[in-house]
Amino acid sequence: MRAFFDWLDDRTGYRDLVGAALYEHIPGGARWRYVWGSTLVFAFFMQVVTGFVLWTAYSPSAQTAWESVAYIQYDMQGGWLVRGLHHFMAQAMVVLLALHLMQVVIDGAYRAPREINFWLGLILMQIVLGLALTGYLLPWDQKGFWATRVATNLMGIVPVVGADLQRLVVGGTTYGHHTLTRFFALHAGVLPALLVFFLVLHVALFRRHGIHARDPERKPDHTFWPEQVMRDAVACLAVLLVVLGLVFLPGLGDRPAGAPPGYYLGAELGAPADPASPYSAARPEWYFLFLFQFLKFFHGETEIYGAIVIPGAVMGVLFLMPILGRWRLGHGFNIGFLIVMGIGIGALTVQAMVEDRGDETYLAAVEQAEMNATRVRDLTHAPEGIGAAGALALVRQDPMIQGPLLFNRHCVMCHTHVDENGHGLAGDEAPTASNLYGFATREWIAGLLSPEHIGTAAYFGATPYKQGDMVGWVNDTVPSMSDEEKADLQKVVAALSAEAHLPSQEAIDARDAATIEEGATLLKETVGCADCHRFHDAGELGSAPDLTGYGSYGWLSEFISDPTHERFYREAVDGGMPGFATHRENPLANKLSPEQLDVLVRWLRGEWYRPEFTLASTTGEGAAADPAPPPASDTTSAAPTPEASSEATMPAAAEPAAENPSAPAEPVEEPASPNEPEPGEESPADSPQAEEAPTEDAPAATPPAEEPPAADSQPSEEPTPTPEADSENEPAPSEPVSEEPSATL
Amino acid sequence: MVSSDRTSAPRDARAGDEDRRSFFSTATAVIVGGIVSVFPFAAGLLVLFDPLRRQGSAGGFLRIASLDELPADGVPRSFPVITDRVDAWNKFVNEPVGMVFLRRTKEGVAQVEALNAVCPHAGCFVDFLSKESHFQCPCHDSSFEPNGTRIHPERCPSPRDLDALAVEIRMVEGREEVWVEFKNFRAGTPEKIADA
Repeated sequence: MRAFFDWLDDRTGYRDLVGAALYEHIPGGARWRYVWGSTLVFAFFMQVVTGFVLWTAYSPSAQTAWESVAYIQYDMQGGWLVRGLHHFMAQAMVVLLALHLMQVVIDGAYRAPREINFWLGLILMQIVLGLALTGYLLPWDQKGFWATRVATNLMGIVPVVGADLQRLVVGGTTYGHHTLTRFFALHAGVLPALLVFFLVLHVALFRRHGIHARDPERKPDHTFWPEQVMRDAVACLAVLLVVLGLVFLPGLGDRPAGAPPGYYLGAELGAPADPASPYSAARPEWYFLFLFQFLKFFHGETEIYGAIVIPGAVMGVLFLMPILGRWRLGHGFNIGFLIVMGIGIGALTVQAMVEDRGDETYLAAVEQAEMNATRVRDLTHAPEGIGAAGALALVRQDPMIQGPLLFNRHCVMCHTHVDENGHGLAGDEAPTASNLYGFATREWIAGLLSPEHIGTAAYFGATPYKQGDMVGWVNDTVPSMSDEEKADLQKVVAALSAEAHLPSQEAIDARDAATIEEGATLLKETVGCADCHRFHDAGELGSAPDLTGYGSYGWLSEFISDPTHERFYREAVDGGMPGFATHRENPLANKLSPEQLDVLVRWLRGEWYRPEFTLASTTGEGAAADPAPPPASDTTSAAPTPEASSEATMPAAAEPAAENPSAPAEPVEEPASPNEPEPGEESPADSPQAEEAPTEDAPAATPPAEEPPAADSQPSEEPTPTPEADSENEPAPSEPVSEEPSATL
Repeated sequence: MVSSDRTSAPRDARAGDEDRRSFFSTATAVIVGGIVSVFPFAAGLLVLFDPLRRQGSAGGFLRIASLDELPADGVPRSFPVITDRVDAWNKFVNEPVGMVFLRRTKEGVAQVEALNAVCPHAGCFVDFLSKESHFQCPCHDSSFEPNGTRIHPERCPSPRDLDALAVEIRMVEGREEVWVEFKNFRAGTPEKIADA
C-alpha cells in the first residue's frame, strides 16, 4: 500500500498539495473568528450541489418554469428539501458574507499585502448578490417576477446605456421566455463560473499571505488541520442546522393531514407570474428590502441617486478601504463606515417592515397572494392537471379565483354576494338587486318564498319587481298557509332547488329524491307556480321566468347572457338587468366573453375543483374555498341587511375566509333546509374551524359529496337534530353515519 | 524565456533574421491567438444582442370595454387589455397583456380618459383606492390623482404622471365602445418614451 502511495506521490506530488492544504501555519492558533470564510465556501458548495440537482428538474421558460418548480416542490421525492436548502442557504450566504466582511474589516485584514484579496472578496460579494437576484426570478412566481421587474426597470435608468442594458438582460421589451433563459444562464452558468474563478484566486492569495492574526502571541501556533478544520466544520454544521431549521419551520404550523411534505415544508412558491394583472404584494427578498425602502426617499429624476449613485458610492468606499486604511485614522474610519452602513441598512429594513405591517392594502394583497398560491397549488393536482398552456391558464379559468373578480367587475353595481355574517362582495352603494350568495340553494329559494324576505333588498326589495306579482303572491298566500301547505312549500323548495344540480346539494338531492319528485308535482299542479311560470311540461312561457332547470349551469348562462329573452323576463325593464352576452354572432361585442361567462356561472354555482388537502388556517385556504360557497345554514340569514353588505368589499376572497363553511346556523325560523355548505372543505379534521362546524351548525353537516368517503366520516358523527321542518318531512334523525349527508330538508 | 535567450545570443549574420523571425512569431501569436480566443465571444455577442433589434409589438387601437361599463361619476375602473402576444417562439392569441384604467371625464358624456396601469417609476401596477380616491403604487408609494397627475410631484418617486393613452369611442352595433391605443412606456424617465 505504502508503495502505491509513494508511486502516486512521485507521479503527482499529492503529498505536497495535501500538506500545503492541511498544514497551513496559523499564527496565534486556531480561532472561531476565522470560520466565516470556510462557512461561505461550504455554503457555496451546498448551492452547487443542490443547484445541480434542481437543474436536472428545472425547465426555464415562461410556460414551464413555475410548473417545473411546482413539480419539484410538491411532487418530487425530496424536492422540497433540496429546494428549501437551496433557497435558505442562499439567504444564509448573504448573512455570512456580511459577517465575513465585518470580521475582515474589523481585524484590519484588508491591509497590505492583502488589498487585492480584499477586492477579490468584494467582487465575490457582488457575484453572490447577482446570484441571489437572478435566482429569485427563476421560479417565475408572482413574487419573483414583480421584484425582478422592478429591479430591471431600475437598471433602465442608468444614463445612456440603461435602456439597452435592460433589454439585454430582459431579453426584449417584454418579460417572458428569454428573460428566464437569460437569467438561468447567468444564474447557473456565468455567475457560478465567475464565482469559482474568483474564489480560486481569493483562496490562493489567502494562502499566500496567510491568516491575518491580530495578536499572534496570545496562544501557541497551530496548523490548519485539525484545530481550525474542526472549528470550521462545527461552524458549517451550525449553518446547516440553521438552514435546515428554516426548511422545517413551516411544518410547525397547521398542516393538512396526509398532504405531501412539499405542501408545507421548505421554500414557498407563489402563484405563477402573471405579467398582465396587478400584484400589490411585490417586495424584494428581505436582504434587498433596505434598497427598496431607500428608493422611496428619492423622487422623480433624483431616483438615479437612490438606485445607482449612492449604492455605487458605498461600494466605492468599500473598495477604497485598503487604501484608506493606510492613514492613521483610516482604519477607524473604515470600521465606523461599516457600522454606520450596517445601522443604516438595519434601520431601513426595519422601517420597510414596519411600514408594510401597518399597510392594510399591502397586508390584504399578501393574504390574497397566499390564497392564490395555495389555490394554484391545489389546481395543479386537480384531475385535469396542468395543460400545455401552463399553470397560468389554470388561474385564469378557475372560478374560485376569477369568480369574485368578475362579480366585482360586472355584477356588484347591483347585486351583492354576501353571506349571513355580512362577508362577501358588495358595491359601495346600496344594492338594487338580489343577494346571489347561495343562489338556487334550498335556503335561498326558501327565503324567496318567505314574506319576511322576499321584499327585502336581498331579493326583490330594491328591484323594479318589488311590487310585482311574485312578491304579491308570497305576501298574500304564504302567511295564510296551513302547516301542511307550508310543508308542501318546503317540498317545492327542494324540487326547485334540485333543478340547479348544485354540487353542494348533490348529496341531499340524491337522498331526498322522493321528496323532490313530490315537490315537483306540487309545483306543477297544486301550489300555483305554474299559473305564471313554466316548469317542464306545466305552465307556459310568457309571464315569468322559466323554472325548468332553474339555477342550473345552462339556465344561469342563458339568463346572464340575456335576461330579456322570452324564457326569462321577456322585455327590458327600466332598472332591470342588462344582457351580458346578447351578441351571439359577435362575441367581442359582449360584456362577458364565453370564458368569463363560464367562470362566473360556475362560481355562482359553487362549481370548482375541491382540493384533497387544504391548509385552512395558515393559508386562508378555507377562505379561498369560500367566496361563493353554497349556503350555510338558514334562511334567516340568507337575507343580509344592507349594512352588512356595505362593509364587504374587494379583498374578496379574503373576507369570507375567517368564517367559512362553519358559518353558524342560527335558530331557524322558517322551516329551512339546513344543508351542508362547503363541499370544498374536505377533510374537516384538518382545520379547527371545520371541526367546530358540526357542533355549531348541527343540522348542517353534510359532508362533501364528491370527496372520498374516508375524509367524510368526521363531521356527521351523529344523527343531527334538525329543525322542526324535518319532522314533517322525512325521518332524518336516525340517518346512519357513514358518508351520507345528515342534513334534512 | 525563449526570446530572452535569443536576444542574449551572440550577434552574427543570422541575428537579424532571428530577430525578424522572432518578431514575426510574436506578432502572429498575439494576433492569431487573439482572434481565435475572441471569435467565440464575438459570435456569441450576435446572439446575446439579438434583443436589441427586436421590435416591440406596437399598438394600434384595441377594444377595451363598452362605454356603459364605465361609472357615470368619473371613478376610474380597471380593464384588462386583451390582444395577441408573441413571446419568443410562442404566439398567444387573445391574452391579457396589460391593464388600463378608464374613466369618464364628464358626466353623461362620451368622453373617456385612459391611463396605463403601469407605474412610470419601476413598473408595478397601481391600484385605485376608492376610499382615498386616488391611485397608489403598491411598490414605492407613488400616488396619483384620478386623472393621473402625481399628487406630490416633489416627493413622488415616479418621475412623471401616469401614462395617458389615446382613446377613441367607436360605435359598434349601436353600442358605444371604448378603444384605446395601448402602449407601454419606459419606466424611470421623466419623458414618456414608448417601448419600441
